[in-house]
Amino acid sequence: MNRYLVEKIGFVLLFLTALAVVVPILFVIFIIIVKGSSAISWEFLTAMPSHGMKAGGIYPAIFGTLILTLGTALAAIPVGVGGAIYLAEYARDSWLTRAIRLAIVNLAGIPSVVYGLFGLGLFVLFLQFGTSILAGSLTLAIMTLPVIISTAEEALRAVPTEFRTIIASLGGTRWQGISRVVLPQALPGIITGIILGLLRAAGETAPILFTVAVFFLPHLPESPLDPTMALPYHLYVISTQVPGMPANIQYGTALVLLALVLSMNLVATIIRSYFRRRRQW
Amino acid sequence: MVKPKIRVEDVSFSYADKAALRNVSLAVEANAITALFGPAGGGKTTLLRLINRLNDLVEQTRMSGRILLEDEDIYAPGTGVPGLRRRVGMVFALPLPLPGSVRENVVCGPSLAGVRDRARLEEIMLRSLTQAALWNEVKDRLDAPAKALSGGQQQRLCIARSLALEPEVLLLDEPTSGLDPISTGKVEDSLFELKREYTIVIVPHSVQQAARVSDYAAFLLMGDLIEYQPGTSIFTNPRDRRTEDYVTGRFG
Repeated sequence: MNRYLVEKIGFVLLFLTALAVVVPILFVIFIIIVKGSSAISWEFLTAMPSHGMKAGGIYPAIFGTLILTLGTALAAIPVGVGGAIYLAEYARDSWLTRAIRLAIVNLAGIPSVVYGLFGLGLFVLFLQFGTSILAGSLTLAIMTLPVIISTAEEALRAVPTEFRTIIASLGGTRWQGISRVVLPQALPGIITGIILGLLRAAGETAPILFTVAVFFLPHLPESPLDPTMALPYHLYVISTQVPGMPANIQYGTALVLLALVLSMNLVATIIRSYFRRRRQW
Repeated sequence: MVKPKIRVEDVSFSYADKAALRNVSLAVEANAITALFGPAGGGKTTLLRLINRLNDLVEQTRMSGRILLEDEDIYAPGTGVPGLRRRVGMVFALPLPLPGSVRENVVCGPSLAGVRDRARLEEIMLRSLTQAALWNEVKDRLDAPAKALSGGQQQRLCIARSLALEPEVLLLDEPTSGLDPISTGKVEDSLFELKREYTIVIVPHSVQQAARVSDYAAFLLMGDLIEYQPGTSIFTNPRDRRTEDYVTGRFG
């Protein structure tokens, strides 16, 4: 076969695979917007639900998801980035570090419902946090850790070793090298990992099912030990458990969840590009 | 005769998979340029990096023997390694400025050591850049990214960065390997100025450079120190056959 023809066929095939990725996503977003936008109103976003969820708003679920994401970030970022710094900068190659890396890779592949059950066992029951924001955030944080650790470690390793050597040769300590040069250089990559991890956490249902989420709460949670409503769980319940639920509320809830996740993504991307521009390398 | 600045005593060193130096002993005189030369893999860089303990960063190495800096064993337990590295500066083969401006690069060492006073840092910067023969070229762009300088300027910036700590010894690992002849000339000229105040150990990037700059020269071959003499005689009148073969270009 003529090599130019091969080139053309190859190009078309690759274009089709790219299309196969993009089209379903656009399709989903399109349907959700078409079917859900009629539900969106100021009241929908800011009011408590009423009439058995069939009217009113979803404010407590939005609030709950934001709080859970914040809690997840507070727990997962320091531990994840700290762990990555240890693995990339301090740990020597030994059976222990190899075991830790293996564990991280495997953790990333565990189904989210297993994290949910683990959180139920450890945080809710054993540590007696009860069904609470604390338990839910920690469960989501554990689920998020592998993503944050592996991307952050990758980003740290991508910083040239020479920088560390130079700082050492100038009488700097290892930590000075990390905090002054390595970490700022790796920051955009680390933030990418954090975004990916947190976005996944914000949209998950299974890990919060047993650890924090409730179907309905007459008031907003007042302490980290209170349970809360959350968007993914709310969506799950109103889509499967409530007969006669108006479709536009279901799609409207999905739209809000989607918009929330995408806007968090956008904010994080802006932060990342700010750090990338500041990095003079 | 003045007391040597550095004494390497019977040093052997090996990396995880191979020996790099075997029973090397030599004395480095103060305020002179000592060149370590020889074919690749001879242990020149290893020896250089042992003098400020940069090989500590490498895993799974073994060392025996002693290295004395003014009669102090720098590998003695309890030696403050950051302090040692401030006394013994290092310039690497590839000029690699740190991220940041020219100014930030020069004062990096003192600021790592905790110097915060702005006037003092300015003074250090002026002195170091002048000593590295770079001041006139960069005095108007101190806040420009260091990466924007030319290759030759970057290498002199790296020299200035080391000088900012006022080290007693300056180690240079092929500091001109990536530079054009003019930049090389400038770096070599600044070395002649610097040796009045500093003790310099250099791994030159060619025999010619070794002959041009050195007061003393050591020929290292496959981890062995073959010959160590004042620079003029090792090149004109080598005692060892292998040295002669190398300096006359028969191998290497």
